[in-house]
Amino acid sequence: MKISSVKIISLLFFVLSAFYLYTANQIQVFAFDVNSPFNAKTFPIYLGYSGMFFAGLQILLPEKSVEKVNHNVLDYKKVIYLVIIMIFYGLTILKVGFFLSTSIFLLLSYYFLGERRWKLMLIFSFPFVAVFMFLLHGALNIYLRDPLLKYLGIIG
Amino acid sequence: MIEGILIGLNTALSLKNILMVVMGCFFGTIIGMLPGLGPMTAIALMIPITYGFDPATGLILMAGVYYGAVFGGSTSSILINAPGIPGTVATSFDGYPMAQQGKAGKALAIAAYSSFAGGTIAAIFLLFAAPSLSKISLSFRSPDYFALMILGLTAVAAFSSKGQFLKAMMMAVLGLMLACVGQDTLSDIPRFTFNNMNLSDGISFVLVVMATFAMSEALTIILRGTDPSSAAKAISLKELGSIKLDKDETKKTLKTIPRSSVIGFIVGVLPGAGSTIASFLAYGMERNFVNKEEKEKFGKGSVHGLAAPETANNAACSGSFVPLLTLGIPGSGTTAVMLGALLGFGIQPGPRLYMTNPEIFWSVIMSMYVGMVILLILNLPLIPYIARILAVPRTFLIPMILFFSVTGIYLMSFNTFDIFLMIGIAVVATGLRLYKFPMPPLILAFVLGGLMEENLRRSLLISDGSFNFLYDRPLTAIILAFTILIFSWQSYISLKSK
Repeated sequence: MKISSVKIISLLFFVLSAFYLYTANQIQVFAFDVNSPFNAKTFPIYLGYSGMFFAGLQILLPEKSVEKVNHNVLDYKKVIYLVIIMIFYGLTILKVGFFLSTSIFLLLSYYFLGERRWKLMLIFSFPFVAVFMFLLHGALNIYLRDPLLKYLGIIG
Repeated sequence: MIEGILIGLNTALSLKNILMVVMGCFFGTIIGMLPGLGPMTAIALMIPITYGFDPATGLILMAGVYYGAVFGGSTSSILINAPGIPGTVATSFDGYPMAQQGKAGKALAIAAYSSFAGGTIAAIFLLFAAPSLSKISLSFRSPDYFALMILGLTAVAAFSSKGQFLKAMMMAVLGLMLACVGQDTLSDIPRFTFNNMNLSDGISFVLVVMATFAMSEALTIILRGTDPSSAAKAISLKELGSIKLDKDETKKTLKTIPRSSVIGFIVGVLPGAGSTIASFLAYGMERNFVNKEEKEKFGKGSVHGLAAPETANNAACSGSFVPLLTLGIPGSGTTAVMLGALLGFGIQPGPRLYMTNPEIFWSVIMSMYVGMVILLILNLPLIPYIARILAVPRTFLIPMILFFSVTGIYLMSFNTFDIFLMIGIAVVATGLRLYKFPMPPLILAFVLGGLMEENLRRSLLISDGSFNFLYDRPLTAIILAFTILIFSWQSYISLKSK
């Protein structure tokens, strides 16, 4: 039996299902519900077994064609950069505010994806976010918390 | 029914809703054209916007996006042989050769007329089928619904995975697992929250859709280094040729439309089948209907070969609304996204929707006609220009998709935990996509998870814990027999090829 990436993923799913099943069994149900035909842990228990069943079949049965992914042509670097920028965006959006954090997020994303036309990059970051915020406030009446703009007296 | 049609027309023809259809069709056409970004991404990006409207308007907008995306997919199939969505792959078989012969304008016109006719005819079928089926489905009980959901999941897994049935079933189970996170609906007991307050309300449906489609598709495009906008850049406005059809072409198109509409609608109604299977089936059937001389032209620019899949894929879109509106069970990943959005509005689609929210039921059906007319107006004269708009470089396109995904989820909860959870799910989904683990079964299962548990709970409580409910009612037994048939057939195919 060949150990392919799909089988490794299936093995991980098998372990996840086993953990899910274990956690489902740990769910505390009300005393009067313990012997009920159906309680809060019944469905998750079935799901745990189903996950193990399908993952087990995928591991045990031979593969029709092994899924080959050429990792050399995949651009992991850019994806990692984007994920880091998104995490940074998530960390700053509440503290710094929507306007600045979103504009910086867009600017950094354009830059790390290889864009170097600074004029366009600036237009599609700060002014774009300002228009977007205006539409949210003005048209949809959605309030966005922004300590920076509040400090500057732009929003109330 | 007349009263319902009038209610629907009144809602669908309001200025606001017409604007929504126009906006939906336009946005859907643009996204549908981009290879790799399908209707589910387009609808996912629209969901946060729809929550600002009433449910009827929200659903009308999403339906417009759906047709637009299918329509847009056919344009890139014809012009550059790069289908935007799987449902338009068959369109490229004859559409692209026609474009190469200098008849791109004609090919686009045939596609536009066929899509319009297919969608309109199917909407008429829907008009009659949906209320009748709604009445029949009132007799459905919990065991029947449970069995139907199992059938839906199995069918979607079987059809969406192209020989990867086990992977699709694993994704369906994963979707159900994610749906169980949060408090139990009946007892309020926390499940799989790991003492994290952010998880006590469960994982948001919009978050899962955005992460598994919009965000992970954007990350996949970057990972693979593909440029979806390169397709649009290749389109030349001068080489399209005339869009006028001659007598012979019109005759051939008119012959193909009725039969392909019927095939498309029936396939669309079936759970899991959808526009891809409908278009391939219609293409194959059309080849059998035509004479030997016409058969030779298939694959070389046949009018029949282009009109058939285009008619069928649009008819299937309308058909897929039948199980959603009448049973409350989506037959495809796209309609599953719509069901999730409706549940977010606090509306439960199903047989009672026809009575409790007639304005939604009828306005969606009526808006389909409006949508088809708008698409025809939009597609014929404007498509080359829309295609040029698409030449937006990916360095701008991808950050915009990520921005709308993150902002969309942030605006719904104002909670940064959701942003981090979405990034985590998107990264996992991107990895799974690389190894061809299909995402539609996960979404369908996530949406159906709560309903499935509820119906299993009722069935087991009624039968006092016995699983006899699976075959006590003939209807349940028949539905489950179909499920077993699909399961066995898929297992047989897998084992045979191994």
